[in-house]
Amino acid sequence: MPLPDPPNGTSMPNSEMEIVVDDPTAPDDNSPAVTSKRTVDLIVSLLLMAFAILMAWDNWKTGASWDSSGPQAGYFPFYLAIILGGAALFGFVKTLMDPSSADSAFVTRAQFGRVMVVLAPTFLFCLALKFLGLYVSSFLLIAGFMGFVGKITWWKSILTAFVFTAVMFIVFDVYFDVLMPKGPLEALIGR
Amino acid sequence: MEALGLLMQGFGVLLTWKILALMMVGLVLGIFVGVLPGLGGPNGVAILLPLTFTMDPTSAIVMLSCIYWGALFGGAITSILFNIPGEAWSVATTFDGYPMAQQGKAAEALTAAFTSSFIGSFAAVLLITFLAPAISSFALKFGPPEFFAVYLLTFCSFVGLGREDKHKTIISMSLGLLLAGIGLDTVSGQLRMTFGSSDLLRGVNFLVAVIGLFGISEILLTMEERLALRGHSAKISLRTVWSVWKDMPRYWVTLLRSSAIGCWLGITPGGAIAASFMGYNLAKRFSKDKESFGKGRIEGVFAPETAAHASGTAALLPMLALGIPGSGTAAILLGGLMVWGLNPGPLLFVEHKDFVWGLIASMYLGNIVGLILVLSTVPVFAAVLRVPFAAIAPMIVVSCAIGAFAIQNAMFDIWLMLLFGVIGYVFKKIGIPLAPLTLALVLGNRAEDAFRLSMIGAEGNLGVFWSNKLVGTITTLAIVLLFWPVIDRVIASFSKTRQPAQA
Repeated sequence: MPLPDPPNGTSMPNSEMEIVVDDPTAPDDNSPAVTSKRTVDLIVSLLLMAFAILMAWDNWKTGASWDSSGPQAGYFPFYLAIILGGAALFGFVKTLMDPSSADSAFVTRAQFGRVMVVLAPTFLFCLALKFLGLYVSSFLLIAGFMGFVGKITWWKSILTAFVFTAVMFIVFDVYFDVLMPKGPLEALIGR
Repeated sequence: MEALGLLMQGFGVLLTWKILALMMVGLVLGIFVGVLPGLGGPNGVAILLPLTFTMDPTSAIVMLSCIYWGALFGGAITSILFNIPGEAWSVATTFDGYPMAQQGKAAEALTAAFTSSFIGSFAAVLLITFLAPAISSFALKFGPPEFFAVYLLTFCSFVGLGREDKHKTIISMSLGLLLAGIGLDTVSGQLRMTFGSSDLLRGVNFLVAVIGLFGISEILLTMEERLALRGHSAKISLRTVWSVWKDMPRYWVTLLRSSAIGCWLGITPGGAIAASFMGYNLAKRFSKDKESFGKGRIEGVFAPETAAHASGTAALLPMLALGIPGSGTAAILLGGLMVWGLNPGPLLFVEHKDFVWGLIASMYLGNIVGLILVLSTVPVFAAVLRVPFAAIAPMIVVSCAIGAFAIQNAMFDIWLMLLFGVIGYVFKKIGIPLAPLTLALVLGNRAEDAFRLSMIGAEGNLGVFWSNKLVGTITTLAIVLLFWPVIDRVIASFSKTRQPAQA
């Protein structure tokens, strides 16, 4: 929509009035698709159906009928599993019948790369929690992510990570007394 | 008036330095999450929830609701200055807000947005103050069948009135209800769907799921986008505020109309989005100067903001009065209430008077404090966007992990959170809505209990859901709503066939 010419001078923001943030590693718009929405839709429908069958079977074992005291423990979830399975089946057939959905990409290769860049370190972080404790893992995650992924100067990354982790430690451990997974470092300083 | 007296008592509870300080902290954090990319109301509340675990319920809920108000205010900042709607309901704000910023009137647009948010919320809080006690005292007469009928109504209205594919809404909802059922069955004491796992014994915690579904998945989605942005900076001077406020009474019809739309739609699911667009469109339709909309007209900021906030606030009405949240964020607040062992619903007004009226009073106070805070600190918050996402993303991950772990002190919950993060990401991309899942997770057990108790009472006769006028009406309404798309089509085709005859 073309905007009317603003009155003289008011539209020219001086440099301090403008905020510009660049994203040098932004995903390329022309990146090829990893997979289509249709494929993922079909896979998810299948998984949901499998989940529904598993749940229905388990609830059937628990008891999905009526006894003297009313509905048994498995009654309500059993029928929910049936509804879930039915809806997933409907979705599966509907997507299968509709080839037009094939062209839209679920995720492009460039996007997938960026998602993995977050997901993989997050996974490692969760794994490290058990051994290193929350605070050390957090420090490593933040410093590493800022340095390697964000290409931010190392001293800034490490300082930011340290300050954030220290604040978290003071807020949760010292002040609010919330129990968090702890590792060797916490043992060393006797907390 | 009893309500007024109780409200004054509520203010009395709040006016301590500790609570006021918590309010400020909550608001600042809320504006922060509202401004940051990839975070919004529900995620912000979910991630910051663990901060409140060690507080007493009143301080905690005051802080949480302030985070919510802050996030709502924060959404307007990015919409106007950067043309980036933080939430779906801020989309309509960008129509006129961003052109205003481009014309160098960013300060006016922001003042208009904040003020109208305040007016919208205020209208809805007034409604809550006077209507919630009445509804809840009426609902005190409810038995299990009535409650189940109300739950059914909520679920059915999601399916019937939602914009998404019906089967996808049903998938989301039944999955949520199923997951809610995992663990110990509260009626019979039997274990179910645990597959011998001791971790599943506790069940799937609602908050863990929410942190994953909204927090983790949102980071993944944000990473996919181009994060470059270009926008305006703004500073609000007292003179600007005064000139906007002086002009405002001229738009009283728009403000009133949008507030009414918001209050009405807020009670239905997904209301805020519909309300903001409706508020905008109606303001445009009734305007003498339709052409100027979309080109930086201040009324185009007033209308959607008032409606969105009235609706966002009104969503808390069914939550307080009936224990049924009207929005995703309300569902998370409800989950928060349950952490402190408070059972939302009509009994809350009887058993925890102090708490309820403290909360309602905090809605008034939080909005006033919030308005002053945002008006005075906009430049600071706009600058937050300069912080690179590579620094924000890992911090959000850490906050999510802290939140997920703190709820039950279980490592298993961290993995569950990650799993829900991936599920949320995939679901969002293939169009399975997350709000019904959230709602089902939080209401699942209570809906099931209500169903089973009424079945036990009626000895298995489904007729109990039509056994008296009240429950019959609600159940019938629920079924009508469930099949509303079909009914709507039938009515439309009828009127089509009749039209030629009339012409």
